[in-house]
Amino acid sequence: MKKSTAYTESVEQTHQLGERIGKAAEGNMVLLLSGDLGAGKTTLTQGIAKGLGVKRNVTSPTFTILKIYRGRMPLYHIDAYRLEGVTQDLGFEELMEDDGLTVIEWSQFIPELIPDEYLSVSIRLKDEDQREFEFEAVGERYEKLLEAIL
Amino acid sequence: MTLILAIESSCDETACAVVRDGKDILSNIVSSQINVHTLYGGVVPEVASRIHVENISAVVAEALTKAEVTMDDIDAVAVTQGPGLIGSLHVGVQAAKTIAWAYGKPLVPVNHMTGHIYANRFVSELEFPLMALVISGGHTQLIMMEDEWSFEEIGTTGDDAIGEAYDKVARVLGLGYPGGPKIDKIAKEGKEHYTLPTPKTANPYDFSFSGLKTAVLQMIQREEKKGEQINIADAAYCFQETALQSMVKKTLAAVKEYRPKMLVLAGGVAANSRLRVLMEEEMKKIPETKLVIPPLYCCTDNAAMIGAAGYVAYMHGEKAGLDLSADPGMLMPGEEY
Repeated sequence: MKKSTAYTESVEQTHQLGERIGKAAEGNMVLLLSGDLGAGKTTLTQGIAKGLGVKRNVTSPTFTILKIYRGRMPLYHIDAYRLEGVTQDLGFEELMEDDGLTVIEWSQFIPELIPDEYLSVSIRLKDEDQREFEFEAVGERYEKLLEAIL
Repeated sequence: MTLILAIESSCDETACAVVRDGKDILSNIVSSQINVHTLYGGVVPEVASRIHVENISAVVAEALTKAEVTMDDIDAVAVTQGPGLIGSLHVGVQAAKTIAWAYGKPLVPVNHMTGHIYANRFVSELEFPLMALVISGGHTQLIMMEDEWSFEEIGTTGDDAIGEAYDKVARVLGLGYPGGPKIDKIAKEGKEHYTLPTPKTANPYDFSFSGLKTAVLQMIQREEKKGEQINIADAAYCFQETALQSMVKKTLAAVKEYRPKMLVLAGGVAANSRLRVLMEEEMKKIPETKLVIPPLYCCTDNAAMIGAAGYVAYMHGEKAGLDLSADPGMLMPGEEY
């Protein structure tokens, strides 16, 4: 396991951080994003999408829970915000075995879907526009990914 | 005369309607699950799907009975293909396919959001070019329609939909679900008190609500740090005024540029009482564009609106095979990947 922390001071910097993740990511990877409402999870994902070459603007997936984007590989953007307190099978496992990048927000609400290896990003809104990104890479592939983006 | 049997199950309402010529509602049955989901603070997808399965047959049968027609009288079966919750959509799509196959009727796929736009046909003849402000829990879009079957997106949200911002702000203010009506109601007791930043976007007709949501959160935290209780009514008032004023201003600017004959509101957030007042006031300044605000029963999800959109789609030769499947992220016609 490998840990690291990064800071951003603006939306643009958060986008750039995400872009580096999107560029370095390989197929069949899972990213777990946590942080309160307004922390910047969707903003980071917008950057990740850009790094993957997705042209479409990434918007919040809260309403439909899953949004799919086409880049150099598919981006599966899952938001489990509305799944708190219920166990259910929505077929997400199949996506995660697929050759794409899966980004999960509020993954604590779907613990059964968290794989053994992953990169987790815990985001905290510090003062005003400063945001702290705590990375935790579990598994060799993810440790390499973390080295590549920081 | 054309009769459409329409089925809608994109979120938490199982609904079926019979609509004549796209504008006369012969029946409009809605079985709402909102009380079930209030327990969980939002729609729970799997619970929603299960309830849809339990309700769908009864709702379809009742729609036919109420309309005093049989399947022999029906010309086509229209169904919401998306956008929405995958499990919920599946139930409606499967039901529609089964009915279409069993009775040998054409199957017409409908985009839920176009349904919200055509819901306005129940109150007024639509005049083109037409602009629609489509606002719901999943969408915030300005759509320009040169005629009844062309759609051009001229603005959309870059982050959260307005209804979603309402839900999330309601949650942090402890107001519960669904957030829209709760904030609308308590804001009436609020006053100008807090200052929130007006959303900014690169394209003048795009929207943004995520920054505003974060600003409300930071405002609550700041007050707590000072040891002060947030005034919930004032916070709701200030959030609502900032969100709606910005949206109305952008819409008016778009109307001035595109000069449509008609501006229609569509989607669940169109039920917001403050938005209705604001829109009416502001649109008086542009008398050459008629404003149509749908009645409340058309704003919430229902199948009649799918019948109205399905009629136009059917007349334009839209048809699906029995391999039709639900599309949770379905784009508006005219929207691009």
